[in-house]
Amino acid sequence: MNLGHEVALVAGKDLRIERRARVTLQQILPFGAIVLLLFAFALDPDRGVLRRVAPGLFWVAVLLALLLAVSRSFTIEIENGARDALRLSGLDPAAIFLGKAAAIAVQLAILEALLAIGVVVLFDVALSSVGVLVLATVVATVGLAATGTLYGVLAAGLRMRETLVPVLLLPVVAPVLLGATRAWEAAIDGPASDAWPWIGVLGVFAVLAVGAGMLAFGPLLEEA
Amino acid sequence: MQPIVRLRSAVCLLGRFPALAGVDLDADEGEVVLLSGGNGAGKTTLLRMIAGLVPVHSGEAVVLGHDLTRDRRSHRAQVALVGHETGCYDDLTAAENVEFAVGAAGRDRADVAPALDAVGLAPLADVPHGRMSAGQRRRLSLAIAVARAPRLLLLDEPHAGLDAEGRAVLDGLLTSARDDGRTVLIASHELDRARALADREVVLTAGQAHGALDARGRAVVPT
Repeated sequence: MNLGHEVALVAGKDLRIERRARVTLQQILPFGAIVLLLFAFALDPDRGVLRRVAPGLFWVAVLLALLLAVSRSFTIEIENGARDALRLSGLDPAAIFLGKAAAIAVQLAILEALLAIGVVVLFDVALSSVGVLVLATVVATVGLAATGTLYGVLAAGLRMRETLVPVLLLPVVAPVLLGATRAWEAAIDGPASDAWPWIGVLGVFAVLAVGAGMLAFGPLLEEA
Repeated sequence: MQPIVRLRSAVCLLGRFPALAGVDLDADEGEVVLLSGGNGAGKTTLLRMIAGLVPVHSGEAVVLGHDLTRDRRSHRAQVALVGHETGCYDDLTAAENVEFAVGAAGRDRADVAPALDAVGLAPLADVPHGRMSAGQRRRLSLAIAVARAPRLLLLDEPHAGLDAEGRAVLDGLLTSARDDGRTVLIASHELDRARALADREVVLTAGQAHGALDARGRAVVPT
């Protein structure tokens, strides 16, 4: 079986479980929406401020939702000793990494689409340069999903994983928060061409995260 | 002929504690070996070490031609371990759990239905693992092991949680595994039942193999 089939097998499994459990729709999405609402309440008197900070608030909400998605992705491997079964499955660890990262990326993409609607409605933001916006979001999501998957397996075997994942992951994905926020700001307010350098930064981050994950996931899964 | 499992003075440390303190063991193709011993003797750790799930810290360990002191991953696709936990996903049905394992092993989806049928779970193919009883879950993990068609089958307390029908199914699976030339290692406390299926018995005490008994647990013979 080639790498692509193995990736599809793992991603399909995780997404099928997610579709049944509905954690993204019933817990992670409401969580992200509540975060946006809280920001809206806190900054409500000044709509101008809300519009200006909307990109940053959106990506903070996405990052917080990422933590839940990563936690969920590895909780299902801990229940019933599924992680040992995964290790014995014969699957290439790189394929397991890519499959789990792809499943997280799909969940984040759905979440981002719905949160973007929330940003437009709650923060009165007009989305322009949609193509640039979508490209920045896709590249950032790949980087976030890959990094989250790598740090998820790193903490998977630890009792303190629920608290450890945020402590480890959030500083590492700070460049994504910065790059994605700047790219969104450029796509919304400034000239869209200003977004390209930031999309480049996000692309480099995504490539490094995917590469590091493919190399390191196997040994980390063994130690988890 | 190269044995399927060959251990010499194999040591496995869990933390600083020697869970296995120098085990010698041979298992040939088509042989069913019973591992007996009290709680904490090291039976589960031994099976996990042979599966490559825990490291061999010293000694010699060759399984299916692979030296586990150097590489404990390459042989795994040819090994199935039925342990205390099922390794299944609660939100997937019985058929989907088997299908995932079969797909990961690079085998055909057509193997799913016969595997469920072999353990009497065909009527429960669409029931999620999370809604199954303990005995049904145990049968499901046996179905996954069957579907993967491993050369080496490792069973850790396989009779636990099974009713009379389930035990008969397990006995049948072990018999057909031996007939197919697969090597089976069983760790069990149900000695009478396991001895009836085994060619040989190896007794573990405090992480060490203390010789082997014949199928009735009588004569000590060298491993």
